[in-house]
Amino acid sequence: MRGSLRSRTIKWTLHYAVLLIYVVAALFPLYWLVKVSITPNDILYKQGTDLLPSRFSLEHYATVVGKSDFLLFFRNSIIVSGVTAIASTLLATASGYAFSRFVFRGKFWIVGLMLVTQMFPLVIVITPIFSIFGVLGLTNSLTGLIIIYTAFNIPFATFLMQSFFDGIPKELEEAAMIDGATRFKALVQIVAPLTLPGIVATVGFCFTGAWGEILFALLLNSSASTSTFPVGLLLYSTRATVEFGPMMAAGVLALLPVCVFFFLIQRYLVQGLTAGAVKG
Amino acid sequence: MASIEIANVRKDFGAVPVLKGVDLSIASGEFAVLVGPSGCGKSTLLRLIAGLEDASSGDVHIDGRRVNDLPPRDRDIAMVFQSYALYPHMNVRDNMAYSLKLKRTPAARIAEAVGGAAAKLGLEALAGRKPRELSGGQRQRVAMGRAIVRNPKAFLFDEPLSNLDARMREQMRFEIRKLHRDLGATSVYVTHDQIEAMTMADRIVAMNAGIIQQVGTPLELYDDPANMFVAGFIGSPAMNFLDARARRGEHGIAITVGGTAFCTLPQSLSLPEDGHVKIGIRPERIRIGASGGEGVDAAVDMVETTGAASVAHLDLAGQPLKVFTTERLQFAQGQRVPLAFDTGHVCLFDGASGDRLR
Amino acid sequence: MLEPYLYSAPALLLITVTTLVPIVIGISYAFRSVMLLDPTSGGFVGLDNFRDLMNDASFWNALRNTVTWTASCVAFQFVFGLILALMLNRPFPGRSIIQPIVFLPWAIPTFLIGMNWSWLLNPAIGPLPHWAYALGLMSTPGNILSDPDYALLGPVIAGIWWGMPFFAITLLAALQSIPREIYEAAEIDGASSFERFRSITLPFLAPTMVVTVMLRTIWVANSPELIVVMTKGGPADASQIVASYVFTQAYQGLNFGYASAIATALVVLLLIYALLLLSIRQMMLRAR
Repeated sequence: MRGSLRSRTIKWTLHYAVLLIYVVAALFPLYWLVKVSITPNDILYKQGTDLLPSRFSLEHYATVVGKSDFLLFFRNSIIVSGVTAIASTLLATASGYAFSRFVFRGKFWIVGLMLVTQMFPLVIVITPIFSIFGVLGLTNSLTGLIIIYTAFNIPFATFLMQSFFDGIPKELEEAAMIDGATRFKALVQIVAPLTLPGIVATVGFCFTGAWGEILFALLLNSSASTSTFPVGLLLYSTRATVEFGPMMAAGVLALLPVCVFFFLIQRYLVQGLTAGAVKG
Repeated sequence: MASIEIANVRKDFGAVPVLKGVDLSIASGEFAVLVGPSGCGKSTLLRLIAGLEDASSGDVHIDGRRVNDLPPRDRDIAMVFQSYALYPHMNVRDNMAYSLKLKRTPAARIAEAVGGAAAKLGLEALAGRKPRELSGGQRQRVAMGRAIVRNPKAFLFDEPLSNLDARMREQMRFEIRKLHRDLGATSVYVTHDQIEAMTMADRIVAMNAGIIQQVGTPLELYDDPANMFVAGFIGSPAMNFLDARARRGEHGIAITVGGTAFCTLPQSLSLPEDGHVKIGIRPERIRIGASGGEGVDAAVDMVETTGAASVAHLDLAGQPLKVFTTERLQFAQGQRVPLAFDTGHVCLFDGASGDRLR
Repeated sequence: MLEPYLYSAPALLLITVTTLVPIVIGISYAFRSVMLLDPTSGGFVGLDNFRDLMNDASFWNALRNTVTWTASCVAFQFVFGLILALMLNRPFPGRSIIQPIVFLPWAIPTFLIGMNWSWLLNPAIGPLPHWAYALGLMSTPGNILSDPDYALLGPVIAGIWWGMPFFAITLLAALQSIPREIYEAAEIDGASSFERFRSITLPFLAPTMVVTVMLRTIWVANSPELIVVMTKGGPADASQIVASYVFTQAYQGLNFGYASAIATALVVLLLIYALLLLSIRQMMLRAR
C-alpha cells in the first residue's frame, strides 16, 4: 500500500533486527545463569566464556539441594512470600473496595497517605523498624518480615484492586442489595467472583515483590534459620571460597516461582504498573 | 402491593442540589412514570425509593412505613436497571433465584417461582444460559424475571429499555404494560423518553431541574400542560411556541405575533403586566390551506414526510412553526399558505416564567 | 456512614503502625545519638548529626553518585523503553511471543538481577570482561565492579536492563490509547510518518512521559538494592549512593542516629525535587 516493496522489506528487516537485539539482551543474562548452573565443575573455568559447555551435568543442583541450607531458605521464602501475598491481597481487597465504591470524609487524605508512603524513601524506616522489631521480638522471625512486607505491599495492592473493582459495574451490587444481600454478602458472592482474575494477579504481584526483597531481610533476619532465599544467596556469595556453580543453580531455583507468577500476571502488567506507577 | 409516599424530599450531592423538595404519592397498584431530561433528578428519586441513596432531608414511606433508615434489602422492592445488572457468573435460573435463596426459601418453592416467572416471560429454554450468551431483549426479560419472582411490594424501573433497539423497545413497552396488568403491582418507571411515558403510565410525573413540574394522566399533561417545560417535553413533534403580545380588548384578548393579528382568546385568562407572552399550539392542531380561520398565513420552508404523515416547517413572521398532518403535502419553497386552528387549542404562557396563564 | 472506614481500617492501621510511625521515629532519630550497642545512647543532640553530615566527604560523594546513578538509569531506561514501545505498538507476526520475553526482566527479583550481573561482569565466570577486552574496551579482562573509576557502571547497566520494560509497558499502554482515527486523518491530510510521530504521538505521550519519568526518578534514587548487592557501595565508597549509604551505615556502622540523619537529608532533597517539578509544571501550565 505505502512505499515500494523494497523499502517495506528494508523497514521490516530493520524492525525485526532491532527487536532481536532486545530479545537477546533480555534473555542472555538468564541464559548465562542457566548455562553455568549446568556446566560441570571441572570445565566451569576452562570454558568460562564459551556459549555452550561441552558437557552438561546437574551436579550443582544436587549440591544445592543436598549439601546446603538452600532448601531451608527456599522454605522460609515461600512461607514469607505466600503469607504476605495472601494477607496483603485480603487487606487490599477491602481497602480497594472502599476506595472504589465509597465517597467518604477523609478519603482524599487516606489516598494521599498511601501514595506518599509509596514514594517515601524506605531507607528511613530501616533503623526505627529494626529498633521496634527488636523490642517486640520480631527480628530473626518470619512473622516480622511478613508484617513489614504486607505493609509495604498494601498501598500498591490497594490501588490495583481499586482499578479492578472500578471495572465492575456498581449496579451489580445494587441489584444484589435490592435482592436482599448485605453489602458484604454482595461483595463476597457477586463482586469477588467477578474480580477473581484481578485478585489472583494481585496475589502474583505481591508474591513477586516479597520474594525479591533483600534489604529488610538482610537487616532483620541474620540467623540462618530465618533467612530468606535472597539473604542466603547473598551471604553464600560473600564466603571466602566462592562456588559459582551451586550459587547459580540456586539462582535458577529462585527464578522458578517468579516465572510462574510472571505468566500469571502478564496480562495485568499495564494495570499493575499504572496502579503503582512508582513501584518498580 | 403498596403505596409510596414521598414527603418534602431533598437531596444534595456535595453543594449541588439534585432534588429540591419533592412531594409525591403513588397509589397502590399504580404505574407511575417519572419523566424528564437527563439530570432532572428522576433517577435519584428512584434510587431514594430503592434505598440506594439517602435523602438529605424529607421522608420516604412504603406501605405506610417510614423507610429512610432501612437498607435496600429490607424494603421489599425489586428493581430493573438500565444495564440490567445481571450477575455475569450465574445462569438465567440462578440470576432469578438469587433473591429467594438469600431469603432461604425452600428449593421447591424457588423452582416453582422461577419456573412460573420464566414461563411468563418465555425464558424456559434459556434457563441454563449465562447472561453473555443472551441477546439484549432476552437479558431485559431476565432482569424482569428476577424482579417478578420475588413478588415484591413495588417494582422500580430505571430506564429499562434504553439499551434496546427501537423495534424491541416497542415490544417490551407493550409487554411490561401487560405484565403490570396481570400482576397489578405498584410500579415506578423512570425514562427520558416521553413516548414511553405517554404509552405506559397511569400517571406521569414530569420533572425538571430537581422539581416536579406536573403530575397527571398522560392526556392531562398533553392537553393541559402546567408550563412550557411540560408542554414542550411531552408530544412529538414538539409543541410550537411563538413570541407574542397580548392586549385586552372589548371582545377578548387580542394576540399579535410579529405585529400581525394572530387570534383572540377569552377574557377570563390572566395576563402579565407587560403583555409579553408565549403562545403554544400543537403541530397537529393546525391545518394548512383551509380558509375560514383567523386569516393567518405563513411561508413554507420545507416539508418532511414519513409516508404515514408529513411535517411542514413554516416561517411565521420570522418564527419557525411546524404543522403535522396525515395528508401528503406538495409545496414550493417560499410559497405562502393560509393556516387554520381552533383557538381552544391555543395555550398561553407567561413570556418570562413560562408558567401557563389560565 | 461507617462502612468505608471499616473496609479501609485494617490496611490503614497496618500502614500507620509499620510505615507512618517509623517514619516519624526515623526523623526523630536524626536529632538523637542512637547507637545500637550502647544502651546509654539516645540523648538529644540537636543538629550534631547534620553538622557531621556537612563535613562528611562520603556523603557528598554519595550525593554526586546519586545524581549520576539516577540520571543515567532513568535516561537509558526511558530511551530504550520508548523505542521498544514504539516497535511493539503495531501488530506484526510474532508479537505475542516477543512481548512477554522482552518484558520478563521486569519480573526478575532485584537481588537476583544484581547477583547475576555481577557474575556476568566477573571475569572468572562471566563473558562480558572477555568480550570487552576483545573489542579493545579494556586493557585486561578485569572486573569493573572492583575498579573505583567504573564500579557504578555495573549497577547502572543492571538497572537499565531491569527498568527498561517498565517504561516500555507504561508507554505502550499510553500509545495504544491514542485513537487510530487520528493517525488515519493525519495520513489523509498527507502527513509523513515522521510528522505523524511529531504532531500526534509525542503530544499524546507527553503527559505519561512526564509523570512516569518524574515518579521513576524518585523511585530509582530511593532504590539501593542493586548497589548493595553488587558492590556494597565499594570499592571505597566509589559506587555509594545516598540510599545505599544509609543502609550500609545502619547495617555495618550501627550508628542509627547518623543513618537517620542521612535518610532525612535524602527525604528533604527529594521533597525539594518534587516541589521543583511541581512548580515547573505550574509554570508550563500557565504558559499555555
